Amino acid sequence: MKPKTIIEKIWENHVVYREEGKPDLLYIDLHLVHEVTSPQAFEGLRQKGRKVRRPDLTFATMDHNVPTVNRFVIEDEVARNQMTALERNCREFSIALADLYSSEQGIVHVIGPELGLTQPGKTIVCGDSHTSTHGAFGALAFGIGTSEVEHVLATQTLWQHRPKTLQIRVNGRLEEGVTAKDVILAIIHRYGVDVGTGYIIEFTGDVIRNMSMEERMTICNMAIEAGARAGLVSPDETTFEYLRGRKYAPKGEEFEKAVERWRQLATDEGATYDKTIEIDAAAIAPMVTWGTTPGMSIAIDGTVPYPEDFATETERKAAQLALRYMGLEPGTPMTEIPIQHVFIGSCTNSRISDLRAAAQIVQGKKVAPGVRALVVPGSQQVKRKAEEEGLAQIFIDAGFEWRDSGCSMCLSMNPDVVPEGERCASTSNRNFEGRQGKGARTHLVSPVMAAAAAIYGRFVDVRKLQTETVR
Amino acid sequence: MQPFTIHKGKVAGLDRANVDTDQIIPKQFLKRIERTGFGKFLFYDWRYINEHTLNPDFELNRPENQGATILVANENFGCGSSREHAPWALQDYGFKAVIAPSFADIFYNNCLKNGLLPIRLAKQDVEYLLQESVRADYELTISLEEQRVYDGTGFDRTFDIDPYRKQLMLKGWDEIDLTFVYEPYIIEYEKKHHPVS
Repeated sequence: MKPKTIIEKIWENHVVYREEGKPDLLYIDLHLVHEVTSPQAFEGLRQKGRKVRRPDLTFATMDHNVPTVNRFVIEDEVARNQMTALERNCREFSIALADLYSSEQGIVHVIGPELGLTQPGKTIVCGDSHTSTHGAFGALAFGIGTSEVEHVLATQTLWQHRPKTLQIRVNGRLEEGVTAKDVILAIIHRYGVDVGTGYIIEFTGDVIRNMSMEERMTICNMAIEAGARAGLVSPDETTFEYLRGRKYAPKGEEFEKAVERWRQLATDEGATYDKTIEIDAAAIAPMVTWGTTPGMSIAIDGTVPYPEDFATETERKAAQLALRYMGLEPGTPMTEIPIQHVFIGSCTNSRISDLRAAAQIVQGKKVAPGVRALVVPGSQQVKRKAEEEGLAQIFIDAGFEWRDSGCSMCLSMNPDVVPEGERCASTSNRNFEGRQGKGARTHLVSPVMAAAAAIYGRFVDVRKLQTETVR
Repeated sequence: MQPFTIHKGKVAGLDRANVDTDQIIPKQFLKRIERTGFGKFLFYDWRYINEHTLNPDFELNRPENQGATILVANENFGCGSSREHAPWALQDYGFKAVIAPSFADIFYNNCLKNGLLPIRLAKQDVEYLLQESVRADYELTISLEEQRVYDGTGFDRTFDIDPYRKQLMLKGWDEIDLTFVYEPYIIEYEKKHHPVS
């Protein structure tokens, strides 16, 4: 039999109907729902008198709009209406909802994995582009629009053309202080924000294999910033161990049987991809974005680039506009850029390992004067765990604000906003204009880089910091 | 969905690459639970200086672009968030089609679901249209049936579109109704793989 990639295997397992000249009709195993992209879909069902076909394969939570100071006082009436609408819709259509009172509430891409809903081999969709996160488990997971949300609610299927396959192989070993976030930022920097357009990415290589599940989630989360709707990693022992004992994961003997099935999903030896790119991990440094796309980044020991150094007219123009928006001078060392805000959170970097790594940098130190620093855990479970482990206290003692779980300052739909013209070192995924507030200047970094920026009031090279700590 | 067959209209140019959906419709407008009324918030941060003042420098506010129904932009248009509010806003503003050298996957799909026609043309053709679009009277005709874009004075190009999507768009059909035709296959699949517990 011809060797296959995991992408081909999952796809073939889910074809409900196939006909020449048409996309495939694919079955969806898990549909995650949140308050922002679902109300119009439910309204569409009501207007046509349709039902939700498989409420048992659908799971909802509230995350985008949620206040992180006092979640039970939602002053924004429009936001409150949207959350009330989700409650009503879930009740009416019998969908399980982790609402603000639930101990399982959190960012949809954090709670899917931690509840064990996310499993290898599943097709997973959500009205959110960062659904690619779930690919870390060897699932085929991608973001969809509201019309597709309605289609999945009504039929549990989607018409899809099979995208091409792109292998991104990360070879070698990462230097101390260089994280999963830096790997994905470096990939996007080198190959561009549209390298994955029309593709599903499989991340392979020693570096990915040696990563924890949470690190793999960070990588797959940002596949969409490279243009790919889905990014995934073939499952292995790390995947299975993570899932063992999770609430919705199979139990006992069923779990062992599932592991046997999951093992078969991994890409076969000798399988081929439409495109392969390779990257050497040793060459990756901690990354900081200087511009307004996730591709506009540079190593921490670099300087803000000159627009004239870019190859094409389009890029030069984009760099000029970005530098103007960011208020940066070409040639400025990245370590001389002062910051006023720090945001540790988002579906990219708000899990327990992210908070542990950041806390290690912060322990026994103080947030620099004039810096406002926030830690927003990804879920109620992460929050409780961080409190039990004493991480919350480390952050609080250092002068961080310790918040409740939600999307928060990643897109600032809730009251957590960066003021115009001010800079934020952010562990989120998008540095688009206005993303964290009108005129806000976002610099994407890893959790350790964000933590260090909070302490020094500017970007610092965590690799040097760690050597000093050792001394 | 609104059917799309043939459309003739004025062209507005937005010569920027990687226009993300956060720019097309910023997050503060995503809290509404309706599908309509997003047009006035389209490109909000670029289009307005403040709540009451339009930014005269922004491309869509220029006199020659008033009444435009075809938007021409540069590479990777619609990247970022999956928000379908982006095509809703473009459509509500009055656009019927968007032309670019490339589109982000989710945005491209979302357009097709709403009858807003996304058209990929070669980079040099897009550059040509961006130049022409500064003329207030520059118009294009788009025929979806023929998969053709032309200006009547020499510019004439064909474009690719998935035949299945093309049919749905020409007819303005509801895709969910169509999918229900295949329900026996869904039932069969579920019996095998996903019995209702």
